Amino acid sequence: MSIETHIQLALLIPIIGLVGIVLTGRIPNLREAVTLVTATANAINVWSIFPAIQAGARPSVTLFELLPGLTINFTVEPLGMMFAAIASTLWIVNSIYSIGYMRGNKETNQTRFYACFALSISAAIGIAFAGNLLTLFIFYEILTLSTYPLVVHKGTEDAKRGGRTYLGILIATSIGLQLPAIIWTWNLTGTLDFVPGGTLTGKVQGLSAGLLLALYMYGVGKAALMPIHKWLPAAMVAPTPVSALLHAVAVVKAGVFTVIKIIVYVFGLELITTESATNWLIYAAAITLTLASLIAMNQDNLKRRLAYSTVSQLSYVILGAALGTAMGVVGGGMHIAMHAAGKITLFFCAGAIYVALHKTEISDMKGIGRIMPVTVFCFMIGALSVIGIPPLGGSWSKFLLMVGAADAGFQFIIGVLILSSLLNVAYLMPIPLRGFLLKPAGAGDGPVKVQEAPLPCVIAICITAALTVVLFFMAQEIFDFLLPITMTGGGQ
Amino acid sequence: MSTAANAGFSLMANLPALQVVVPMVAAPICTFLRFRNGPWAFALLVSAATFWISANLLMQVLGGDVISYEMGGWAPPFGIEYRVDTINAFVLLIVSGVSLIALPYALRSVEREVPRDKHHLFYAAWLLCLCGMLGITITGDAFNIFVFLEISSLSTYMLLASGRDPRALTAAFQYLVLGTLGATFILIGVGLLYIMTGTLNIADLAERLGPVSDTTSVRAAAAFLTVGIALKFALFPAHFWLPNGYAYSPSAVGVFLSATATKVSIYVLLRFQFTVFGDIPAFAELDFATLLLPFAVVAFLVGSTVAIFQTDLKRLLAWSSIAQIGYMVAGIGLGGIDGLTAGIVHLFNHAVTKAALFMAAGAIFLRVGSMHIDKLAGIGKTMPFTTLAFVLAGLSLIGVPTTVGFISKWYLILAALQHGATGYAIAALVLASSLLAVIYVWRVVEVAYFREPATNHEVTEAPLSMLLPLWALTIGCFYFGLETGYSVDIARAAAQSLLGVTP
Repeated sequence: MSIETHIQLALLIPIIGLVGIVLTGRIPNLREAVTLVTATANAINVWSIFPAIQAGARPSVTLFELLPGLTINFTVEPLGMMFAAIASTLWIVNSIYSIGYMRGNKETNQTRFYACFALSISAAIGIAFAGNLLTLFIFYEILTLSTYPLVVHKGTEDAKRGGRTYLGILIATSIGLQLPAIIWTWNLTGTLDFVPGGTLTGKVQGLSAGLLLALYMYGVGKAALMPIHKWLPAAMVAPTPVSALLHAVAVVKAGVFTVIKIIVYVFGLELITTESATNWLIYAAAITLTLASLIAMNQDNLKRRLAYSTVSQLSYVILGAALGTAMGVVGGGMHIAMHAAGKITLFFCAGAIYVALHKTEISDMKGIGRIMPVTVFCFMIGALSVIGIPPLGGSWSKFLLMVGAADAGFQFIIGVLILSSLLNVAYLMPIPLRGFLLKPAGAGDGPVKVQEAPLPCVIAICITAALTVVLFFMAQEIFDFLLPITMTGGGQ
Repeated sequence: MSTAANAGFSLMANLPALQVVVPMVAAPICTFLRFRNGPWAFALLVSAATFWISANLLMQVLGGDVISYEMGGWAPPFGIEYRVDTINAFVLLIVSGVSLIALPYALRSVEREVPRDKHHLFYAAWLLCLCGMLGITITGDAFNIFVFLEISSLSTYMLLASGRDPRALTAAFQYLVLGTLGATFILIGVGLLYIMTGTLNIADLAERLGPVSDTTSVRAAAAFLTVGIALKFALFPAHFWLPNGYAYSPSAVGVFLSATATKVSIYVLLRFQFTVFGDIPAFAELDFATLLLPFAVVAFLVGSTVAIFQTDLKRLLAWSSIAQIGYMVAGIGLGGIDGLTAGIVHLFNHAVTKAALFMAAGAIFLRVGSMHIDKLAGIGKTMPFTTLAFVLAGLSLIGVPTTVGFISKWYLILAALQHGATGYAIAALVLASSLLAVIYVWRVVEVAYFREPATNHEVTEAPLSMLLPLWALTIGCFYFGLETGYSVDIARAAAQSLLGVTP
């Protein structure tokens, strides 16, 4: 098969899976088998594109030409390759987890759940491989729409309210800000393609450049730059597998991925570093990552705390892109992978605690480590990775971001990053520490009965926790893989 | 041309006449067919024939040719001339195409909503309405436009009032009053032009208006015509008959009229605006389409806003139509190739989209028996195919990329951006209006999918005769959104021919 066929298959396989899931909806075991087979086939297919990209190829497929110069086009470059690989690989793990979680919780409408999940993955891959702003925009909207049923899955008033906030903010910002920015770009350059080195150089400067960047950055609501972040905590009403894969990995990473794509391939790093009117983004990201950490400390609901932690971590990526230096951009790109592994582990653990003990508030989680030792241990690993402590993945990306900040001449950013790491310690570590060191409420002196979540959940948690360690040793490979995106020729 | 004396009657040469004559002759025949489904099958057959004719006509003029057909062999400007160019061939195709696809759908809707003993009259009125609209579009004679306008209006009153809902009668009466007013204005306008030039032929009018153009009479004629036509296509603030008319008439009528009637009137506006008054220097400063622009902007803002607060699904769609008419007129008002392309392509795009939505609404009405939004709880489960089609066509209404709605808005915004600061404001308002569309479409989605059915009333999926046309149009929303070669190229060619620009 040609590599172009693989690209089309990457979008198609989840859709075929969706049809299979709907058709087998009445037989849960078969339906879950379809999900697992689809997820595996999809990951194998996506990874089969990898070697060519590593070798420097940039395969491209054009499906439709809407109007002259305006196409539905997919072009794979390293960053998108990485994002697609993360999303498709973690979909397998997440599916294993979902089976344990959804059955353990006796959730209803599971067919709709798995079907929408497959559609969301297809949309995420569409975003990853998008060759121009229009294609990206289309899949960005599909991702919003296909995740909405997952957010309101429980069907309660609370869920619907959360869903409305979610949809309202994401759609309003994308149509109200991102689309005008795209049209503006078209008006300026006559192209929407992602071109290494950017297309806007020399076409826009001064205040206009800053304004256009603002339209994009706040228009990509999924990147959760404050104050456009409220939808993420609102989305936490969803079942935990959704929060784990979509609202810690696919959806939010689609946001920051879009941010990097726009900065690298539309604005171009040269424009970003030379045009001082775009520097506001560095400050906006720095403020968001600090403020979100502070808010996270005050959240007693575990998932909401993790959500604010995600808002903060997303701004690391935005910060890296805003710096515009090679190290910053690669550090930001790498942080997409590193944070994905760490945060999905944390969400898996939060869900496991809910399935096993029905606890959602952190204040109720005293001594929980004695009841669920594996889960809480993995939580600690995930937390340490998010904080950025070696030998866990998160340490490298933070290191690169600091180097990138120094290169760009924004030394104070290093201080911001260190402060944020300390805040991470403060809001993440108490959970495992109190879990292990304190006694469960109402427990006697004897040993506490171990009560872990269903086996599929535990397996999934162990896999992602191990992944954070593996990624630490893979950092050089990821670095080499991503570096070409910062070169004007795109490393071809 | 071919007269009775001609030995060889050539079918192809007489297509322009047949386009109108076939449905006109068919309508009275239809009243004699009183057996079950007879009138329906006959109307369908006639529609298929008219569609074939308009497809052929479009094919003939696509190269840029103009067909001039002399009615009864009387040469223009003395006789009536039928004149087919790209733009009206395109509108002819839309009108006859919508009729053809709406009729299979109409079978079940009419069975349910129109008393059995009136079916033959209903379909006769349908054919007359079709004949009227095709006539307005094809004729090259200003007075003839008025005649066909009356034919289509009178049959529209019948169609609107043919249902069982008594509220439709008041709606039809409102439309009757307003329509008569509009028709009178148009007649006054045409009369003034006739006094000043002594001709009724449109092409001839355009030539002879030059010397007398800077007179009050001609300006008054232009004003009467513009306002009269605007009344017919329900431009804000002359829109109030439309929501009730579409909401309380039989579902099939809503489908047919929403996709055709307003489009034909907008075509007439284009014709007078560009072909008749287009080349006149005196009108360069005072451009009536530009005067309509503020009304168009208010129309799409008010239409979208009011749609959000509707509790009746068909009324919601009707208000959205008022907004969509605003987009079309805005495109025409903005002018230039892009603006006109936006307006003209939206004639087609909105016809496809809104017909699909009214079909879905009608199918739901057939099964649920109500259009109240609260009664639609859970239909996502009970009528999955209908509801999915509604949602997909709704995306087109919003203007999501890959749908036809996006193509229209893209051109509209590009046209707006060429107008400096005002243009930026209009572009922003178009986007704001799209956001309002998100809200009103999403209200339906939320009720349909995320609310459990309240009643125990068993609701089943719509019949196949409704689903097939519905899905054909829904797929059309996406097909023509991705393969824009047909619609956009034709619209652009039409815009060029109206502006007198050679491609």
